[in-house]
Amino acid sequence: MTDLAPRLGRDVIAMRVAREFGDGDVVNLGIGIPTLCSDFVPPGVQLMYHSESGLLNCGPLADDGHGDVDLINAGGQFLSPIPGMAYFDSAEAFAMIRGGHIDVTALGALQVSATGDLANWFLPARGVGNVGGAMDLAAGAKRVIAAMEHNGRDGTPKIVPECSYPLTGKGCVSLIVTDIAVIEVLPGGAGLQLIEHAPGWDAASVQSQTEAELEVSPDLTEITLV
Amino acid sequence: MPIDKTVNSFTEAVSDISDGAVLMIGGFGGAGGMPHLLMLALRDQGARNLTIIGNTAGIAAPTGFGWPDGVEPIDHAVLIENGQIAKVIASFPVSGSVSRPNAFEKGFRAGEIELELVPQGTLAERMRAAGAGIAAFYTPTAAGTMLADGKESRVFGGKEHVLEHALYADFALVRARTADMVGNLAYTGTSRTFNPPMAMAAKVTIAEVDEIVEPGGIDPERVDTPGIYVQRIVARPPASGGGMVLP
Repeated sequence: MTDLAPRLGRDVIAMRVAREFGDGDVVNLGIGIPTLCSDFVPPGVQLMYHSESGLLNCGPLADDGHGDVDLINAGGQFLSPIPGMAYFDSAEAFAMIRGGHIDVTALGALQVSATGDLANWFLPARGVGNVGGAMDLAAGAKRVIAAMEHNGRDGTPKIVPECSYPLTGKGCVSLIVTDIAVIEVLPGGAGLQLIEHAPGWDAASVQSQTEAELEVSPDLTEITLV
Repeated sequence: MPIDKTVNSFTEAVSDISDGAVLMIGGFGGAGGMPHLLMLALRDQGARNLTIIGNTAGIAAPTGFGWPDGVEPIDHAVLIENGQIAKVIASFPVSGSVSRPNAFEKGFRAGEIELELVPQGTLAERMRAAGAGIAAFYTPTAAGTMLADGKESRVFGGKEHVLEHALYADFALVRARTADMVGNLAYTGTSRTFNPPMAMAAKVTIAEVDEIVEPGGIDPERVDTPGIYVQRIVARPPASGGGMVLP
């Protein structure tokens, strides 16, 4: 089935994810689309960013060529300092994650299943991968948001009844934000509920791009960004 | 006799690392927090069949961008390229780019290097556990995934946990900003990462620092790694810069 309307850009996905952040939340952003979320935090919302590199609170990315090797995020990008930062080692950075001190994490995804299983670290075709901190975040953050394109480059659905790629965590995702839809993972493995669609799309057209079955929310709306 | 853990050269600091040794090497994924000069000395020393335990297995060049002019990051890749590594225990062993495989990935595909892949937080906690006398611990990380295959698991509070064992090393090569002569270490910024838990987990910890000061030169309130975990300290020459520049 051809698309009913254009798909949203990566920055718009990030913008929608950022609406989920509450004032004062401790947030950890994964590599990829999630990193873009920091550009779209709603006015009046103050976040505390946590990074696996051993950092709480940080400023925006440093200007090109002015990086400090001792001030990096989890993706190895150079940051600028702000008042109120804290530094710690890796054992403590992950104690914070496993210990339930992270309110929200946004992670990229290769696949998400109907029960909220997440696969985001291993491409079987490569045969080796980087797990990094993804499994710790999936297991430990209070809320996991998957920020992803709805389909692969070849059109393959990425929201599936069961993940075929190796898992990052079981039943960990609570919200899926894609370039055509926002989908809630219902508690207790009760399936997926479509709550928002991109402009020009509808429930049937989103379902046609989704291998897992979607329950349609009675309050289904168009994605709102403000 | 005052305690002084200073070693006069990088060559001397790594001279007794023998073939087959298990090494932890600090850092995260860029040049910060990496013991560059100890790695270069170990490359020149030539010990082989080594196991290295660290976050990455040589990815500083591909991940670092926006580097200050004239700075060339190096990392574990210098030992892998030199054919000294038989096994890697890491969480982020390959390049982020499929089309630009690092030295480790090439060695892994050729069947020359073995890999034990460990989630980043589990890796750090296994080091901390080793240094703290905890033989093993249960963690929710990786439960239900292929990285838990073959491991004992148990349910606590309705959630599955995986049994993970302490991770020990013969040597830890770590990097700090400042050491005092008794081995207390202080770090800068995000350069801590794996250095403190590695210092705890190894029989012999060798710290590469920008500066060695007299006892009292680090405020005891600001010591990050207490000297009990550090056996040798060696200072970078002043010309090597504030943490990054390398030949």
